Amino acid sequence: MNSEEQARSVRQLILETISFAGLGHIGSDLSITDILAVLYTDVLHLDPERPQWPDRDRLIVSKGHAAVALYSTMTLNGFLTHDELMTFAQRDSRLNGHPARAKLPGIETCTGPLGHGLPVSVGMAVGARIVNADWKTYVVTGDGELQEGSNWEAIMFAGHQQLSGLTCIVDRNRLQQGALTEETNSLDPLDAKFEAFGWDATVINGHDHDALREAILAAGAKPRVVIAETTKGKGVSFMENQAVWHHKVPSADQFAQALAEVSATR
Amino acid sequence: MTTENAIDCRKPFAATLVELAGKDDRIVAVCNDSVGSSFLGEFKELFPERLINVGIAEQNMVGVGAGLANAGLIPFVCAASPFLTGRALEQIKADVAYSAANVKLCGMSPGFAYGELGATHHSIEDIAWLRAIDGLKIVVPADARQTTAAVRWAADAPSPAFLRISRTPVPDVTDASEIFEPGRAQTLRLGNDATLIACGTVVWRALQAAKILSDEGLKTRVINMASLAPIDADTVIRAAEETAAIVTVEESVPRGGLGGAVAEVVVANTPVPMRMLGTEAFAPTASVEDLYEHFGLGAEQIADSLREVLAR
Repeated sequence: MNSEEQARSVRQLILETISFAGLGHIGSDLSITDILAVLYTDVLHLDPERPQWPDRDRLIVSKGHAAVALYSTMTLNGFLTHDELMTFAQRDSRLNGHPARAKLPGIETCTGPLGHGLPVSVGMAVGARIVNADWKTYVVTGDGELQEGSNWEAIMFAGHQQLSGLTCIVDRNRLQQGALTEETNSLDPLDAKFEAFGWDATVINGHDHDALREAILAAGAKPRVVIAETTKGKGVSFMENQAVWHHKVPSADQFAQALAEVSATR
Repeated sequence: MTTENAIDCRKPFAATLVELAGKDDRIVAVCNDSVGSSFLGEFKELFPERLINVGIAEQNMVGVGAGLANAGLIPFVCAASPFLTGRALEQIKADVAYSAANVKLCGMSPGFAYGELGATHHSIEDIAWLRAIDGLKIVVPADARQTTAAVRWAADAPSPAFLRISRTPVPDVTDASEIFEPGRAQTLRLGNDATLIACGTVVWRALQAAKILSDEGLKTRVINMASLAPIDADTVIRAAEETAAIVTVEESVPRGGLGGAVAEVVVANTPVPMRMLGTEAFAPTASVEDLYEHFGLGAEQIADSLREVLAR
């Protein structure tokens, strides 16, 4: 399954899972779907049979509220069965509303509270260097999340340490829970901010798989940020760029229309 | 109350860490510009690639610790306790405890050890804050020997832990042969009239109070509760059953601290008259020695408190 096919299947699974569970952050899930599809298909060295294989690449989805996108992608890559995916958010499920490491092997660290992924990813990249490992560290953050100061502590230190083994992908959909990031607490110019902290920065279309692959796999002497310009709710016309779809659940009719739209895409 | 044989517990902490790091290259130290105050100078000299100084950034420091643990290392994250625990509390909860990351959080210079620097620099809330977090072991060594034992245990135990490392010098009160075990208290002095339960470097003060009381014929048991989480409930219950009163002694806030932890066990099992001594409020501007007196933690004052509870 190539990354485009995987992204289409992930979008279908997101709609199915959230409709079945009756909750989930649907707009955020659809926003990072292409990023995760490219990571799992063409970037990460993982083994679903050994989710804690010491030499695996590390991925942290720091925007833990996009858990359904992560679980759906993990399902298509052999970490979960479809039956288990449908247990999302049910009592005693391993698939908590936010990813929990102790519940589900393959989750590297608990996320959900924002601003946690980047510092942990920096520790991983420092650790890989100390033990002379070849594995790489990837962290996907939201954009609104970058308003948390802990990220900038981590970004500053990663730049200082020249952590070339670290890649951050920012899901730059320009919407936070209730409003536009630029109206709330503006982030632009985001690439210049990272560059000023000693990172290589690239801005790309976060739904263009070729662009994602090229940007994420590019190597350099510095930590790298890929600012992936995305559309919240991508693939479903009535959800796109609508703050209300941050965590709204579609009705039966909306579900049918949404499923038809994401299945027809490309 | 001073003594010639008193030791700053940061010394045995740092010496033990260096010794263990020499044998196990998974051991790394993380700090927040606190190489000096955490006594990590020798560690830095011997293992420069394993000393990660993130600068003055505690949230990142704890997150980095969790990431290092994920990479298979054993990080000892060292910082002044008020900033480690207060500033990075959510990282301790989510990245370390909830994620079950093998991180050793080392809260240096806790209590009111910073004296005149004031309440911003006092770490009196740390035990109460951390005791509410599931899965985090909390260790408050009483002296240099127990600090050494606690560091050895922490390096071996594959679980998140908080070690509270005092800078206020105290003489050794524990046995050099003791191995630290979580959930096991030590009875340092026998007695069946009343009980003092203490943790940290005020254990020494509790022992002095017990001596004063013993001279009056009041046989006072002294328990060193270095393991706050898990607490040694059996030892507390025995004290409640066998003696007439319990007074707890700590250099921290008793609400949620040692006092609260002991009271939880007592109330649920064998109610007995109690009093909880500790730092009840933000401190006035005063030296460390004056603050012990201010908070009723002098040996005579501890003895007075015990007499008062018995007279109730």
